[in-house]
Amino acid sequence: MNSKIQDVRVPGPFETPSQLRETPSAPRPGEEPSAIRKHLLARGSSSVADGGFRWLMLMCACSIFAIVALIASELIARSQLTLTKFGIKFFFDTAWDPVNGNFGALPFVFGTLVSSLIALIIAVPLAVGVSIFITEMCPRALRGVLSFLTELLAAIPSVVYGLWAIFVLVPMLRERINPGLIRFLGWTGLFTEPNYGIGMLAAGVILAIMILPVISSLTREVMSAVPHSQREAVLALGATRWEMIRMGVLRNARIGIVGSIILGLGRALGETMAVTMVIGNRPEIVKNLLAPGYSMASVIANEFSEASDDMYLSALIEIGLALFIVTIIVNALARVLVWAVTRGAPPRAA
Amino acid sequence: MTNRYKTSGANRLWRLASNHTATGLAILSTVLVIAPLVAIFIYLLYKGASSLNLAFFTQTPKPVGEPGGGMANAIVGSGLLLAVGSALGVPIGIAAGIFLAEFGRGGKVANAVRFTADVLNGVPSIVMGIAVYALIVLPQKHFSAVSGGIALGIMMIPTITRTTEEMLLMVPHAVREAALGLGVPNWRSVLSITLRTAMPGVITGCMLAFARVAGETAPLLFTAFGNQFWSASLNEPIAALPLQIYVYAISPYDEWHRLAWAGALVLILLIVVSVALVRYVTTRGVLKGAS
Repeated sequence: MNSKIQDVRVPGPFETPSQLRETPSAPRPGEEPSAIRKHLLARGSSSVADGGFRWLMLMCACSIFAIVALIASELIARSQLTLTKFGIKFFFDTAWDPVNGNFGALPFVFGTLVSSLIALIIAVPLAVGVSIFITEMCPRALRGVLSFLTELLAAIPSVVYGLWAIFVLVPMLRERINPGLIRFLGWTGLFTEPNYGIGMLAAGVILAIMILPVISSLTREVMSAVPHSQREAVLALGATRWEMIRMGVLRNARIGIVGSIILGLGRALGETMAVTMVIGNRPEIVKNLLAPGYSMASVIANEFSEASDDMYLSALIEIGLALFIVTIIVNALARVLVWAVTRGAPPRAA
Repeated sequence: MTNRYKTSGANRLWRLASNHTATGLAILSTVLVIAPLVAIFIYLLYKGASSLNLAFFTQTPKPVGEPGGGMANAIVGSGLLLAVGSALGVPIGIAAGIFLAEFGRGGKVANAVRFTADVLNGVPSIVMGIAVYALIVLPQKHFSAVSGGIALGIMMIPTITRTTEEMLLMVPHAVREAALGLGVPNWRSVLSITLRTAMPGVITGCMLAFARVAGETAPLLFTAFGNQFWSASLNEPIAALPLQIYVYAISPYDEWHRLAWAGALVLILLIVVSVALVRYVTTRGVLKGAS
């Protein structure tokens, strides 16, 4: 700092009142400003630099809008060929025939929806159970370890899940679990031969493992946001611990839990690599859950770099556009629900 | 909190039974969740450690059928892609976070930016890859490392923005006011004082985004495309570790499977170290309770 400031003595805490100078005040017209004031005025105004800095930060923040707009515009622009040729029928046709220029995306929509549904059915009870255990029942010492472990599940990359699924999960399904499913639940028509291991069920299971940490971490956050007074009120009325959880916590947090489930659904809809490696890549709609299928993200991943003509590319980009719109809607809905419960605090999902 | 009072009433057996059942189910679901994690790690260590040797880190892939070879080009390629991505994503992300924390508190623009950042976070990575393909690869008419890096950088921006905003909001007001009271211009105070105070948290946020993006494969499938040979140029297709793991995993060759496991182990170790470091930094010192 400038040494001129030291010329002005500021009174210390123990000096006698008689030694105190007058409290500095604004200079009357014609009066000489004090040394400190002269020093500060001499440095000039920083309003230009401040304004410029604020504008720069605003531009960077608005770049996020620009990115989303750019993605949307590119997707729409590049899928014009099939948008104009097939219209909305694109998503209700079942023939996927690149050779003859016949494109119908219904098998992929079906595959995405069914694999995500299987994933939700498996993951939601487990995730809510883990969250209840960690927030309400767990000894305090274990809490950090368990939450770290569940967050570690979120950190594992998709390819590693896929790699593990191909070499461990699929053989396990094919040899141990699927025969049992065929024997005991085959009457439903959902589990019939042939049993490859690779198929819709395998994709659903690996998706379930991947969306578990998303649902669980948000559910934990939402449950922690419930005020303790609610829990204490229910306990004061003589409830058991499960009744306290059910009536005091889950009832208050249910909007947020629905939001976290929807967020998990959004993650499952867009998941590409692990699903591509185990879903079997067959664009057919069958009732058998053990049969190979195809999902929207998988067809893009598999066929994009080999799309030979513009119509093929346009069809794939239109599938990407559909994915984009659906995941935006699902994620926006989920964030609105979670924000409503946690009062605007930023959600912490990885 | 246990119920120390005697449960009374006609349905007390039912209530006690459901209480214990709920506890049992919660413990069961925790075990079922932790089990795949432990299984994946153990299997990864078992399969990957046996194939990890010096050749893995120093050699490029050998032709199919020849034993040995490594993923050196993929590791370097991943490093290059992440460097390009960080160069794009980190400054923009931190700047957007500064805007949200310092200038936009409570305003409509700030709320819209926050919402859009969260929504962008949820967009599938393959869709980002399509967009970058359409924007950069198609005009250039070739795959390149720079397009892959840009795709990764765009994916880092929302995460870095949110964590920077949170960390800046945790800097006590007194620090800012002291700086402003001494006549430091606002822009200088934000950069040199507030941001510097929150720097450990901001860096851990960047590391989180880095770790997340390091494992991404889908956007690289048709931007960086992958490369069997050594390449460190920005304008050519380049290999990347997750991309190479994917290609090797779905191949029919045992030797490539072995390399895929080793690559997966290296990738996981990188990510686990970053995540553990994040946890360590945010549970000590100024940022206690941040994460």
